[in-house]
Amino acid sequence: MKLDDEERAIAAGAHGPVRRWAIEHQIKVGRFFDAADFVPISQVHIMADAESLGEACIALLEEHARRSWAERSVRVPTVTDPRGVDFNAYKRLGQTDEMVGLERRAIAAFSALGVLLTNTCINYQTVMPPMRGEHIAFGDTGSVIYANSVMGARSNFEGGPSALAAALTGRTPRYGYHLDRHRRGSRLFRLHEQPRNWSDWGALGGVVGRRLESYWQVPVIAGVDMPPSSDELKHFGAALASFGSVALFHMVGVTPEAPSLAAVFDGAPPAEEPIGPEDIAGFYGSYAPADTGVDVVVFAAPQLSLFEIQQLAGLLAGRHVHDKVTLLAATSPEIKAASDRMGLTATIARAGGVVLEGVCFYQSYAREIGEVNGWKRLMSNSAKLVNIIGGYGYQPVLASMERCVDSAVAGRIV
Amino acid sequence: MAELTIKGHAGIGPAVTGTALVASDNFSARYDLDRIKGIFVRPAHKLVGQSYVGRILVLNTAKGGVATAWMLYEMASRGMAPKALLLNFANPIMAQGAALADLAFMDRFETDITRAIRTGDEVTVDPGAGTVSVRRT
Repeated sequence: MKLDDEERAIAAGAHGPVRRWAIEHQIKVGRFFDAADFVPISQVHIMADAESLGEACIALLEEHARRSWAERSVRVPTVTDPRGVDFNAYKRLGQTDEMVGLERRAIAAFSALGVLLTNTCINYQTVMPPMRGEHIAFGDTGSVIYANSVMGARSNFEGGPSALAAALTGRTPRYGYHLDRHRRGSRLFRLHEQPRNWSDWGALGGVVGRRLESYWQVPVIAGVDMPPSSDELKHFGAALASFGSVALFHMVGVTPEAPSLAAVFDGAPPAEEPIGPEDIAGFYGSYAPADTGVDVVVFAAPQLSLFEIQQLAGLLAGRHVHDKVTLLAATSPEIKAASDRMGLTATIARAGGVVLEGVCFYQSYAREIGEVNGWKRLMSNSAKLVNIIGGYGYQPVLASMERCVDSAVAGRIV
Repeated sequence: MAELTIKGHAGIGPAVTGTALVASDNFSARYDLDRIKGIFVRPAHKLVGQSYVGRILVLNTAKGGVATAWMLYEMASRGMAPKALLLNFANPIMAQGAALADLAFMDRFETDITRAIRTGDEVTVDPGAGTVSVRRT
């Protein structure tokens, strides 16, 4: 990898051991992917939940945090992904004081580095949407795929250590989706039925994602009749990234790098792969429950926008969640504050639901809280969540927000 | 005892030798594992119920989210990580996680690595040289 003078100085330790650690990490990753050099970045989004970090990674952050401000502070604006504990709701969820303790240590360490604790995976909606062509280092698959595809920004999946390293050096190795040649379409899917709601968009992302083979494939979606909303593309992208582990899609006539089919493929497009109603129905069917029992209904992954919270509050107004069922919705601290101010949180709470802030369900010790609360059957309108949560001991069911709420109220899947 | 050497892209981490655990399935630490017990728990995973601790873990591609980048270091700190990870195709997260954890890690082999190695084979992984040596009795 070619290093400039400043990068060589960082690698030689002239900017202290924390930045040297960072650039050594980045050089290892850059060489692995044959990066020619580094590219400057403008903002960083970092995974910061204590469940992923564990004691070991928190101790590593604390070691960094003990250095001087000049040595430890991030060089570009750096924001955090959802954390694992909402301090106002952890007892209700059955989380432990030990989890709270780890969370407080992680917060203190990130804060000491100058990281902004935004605790959100929808930073592209709520904090600072990146611009077309902007090089960034984002650290949630949903935020990366949205920034790359919908905004035309440029990021790879930057896991916690790499996002932190990028924040400390202000740059990232130039490989993958920073390069024009990796951003061309490689598969072509054509819709023969339009998704109707958020869970349908997530299901579509799941259908496409299941057919992809690796991070390096770029699916192109044709046949979209109406421009989808930001929330619809959020659910689509999050599910696509979760099932396919891919970081970029193009939607012909919708996303900025895909004004036409010809614009996204080098040469003739590959054979079309049709997606019809039977594919979407089959996807829902793969999460069909064996009986009508339901323990917990979750709206999260990604965190809800203000519009989604409003929709949820409208569906719950004047009703009551069944005593046997827990209903949870997760959003960012900013959207929670707006939801509080506009009375939406109160409407959801009156119906027996809980609005969590700054967390996401699967990042909140899902296995442990499932065991403590006796939650097995989980219902959600998030295709991403149903994909993840099977590994945490749950039996997931995918349905629309309306059907999820109706089931929560009835105490059985309706 | 037959020995076979397979070339791949130069990798990350130290040279190691161990016993292979192989499946033509994919990998995510968050989606697939009980990291405390050290076993695969995702019901649909081909290695469900099996322990990966101290094994040369051989799978097809990286799947899922970004959490594995933190998790491999945390798993290694408790002595509950695989000894090496070999994939046909890495994504950035696996490379980043291996770099932080100093885990032997390689991908982009000259052949489908999940077919070239069988569970139980003794395998030496040399990421610096970009080679994997397989001994089968």
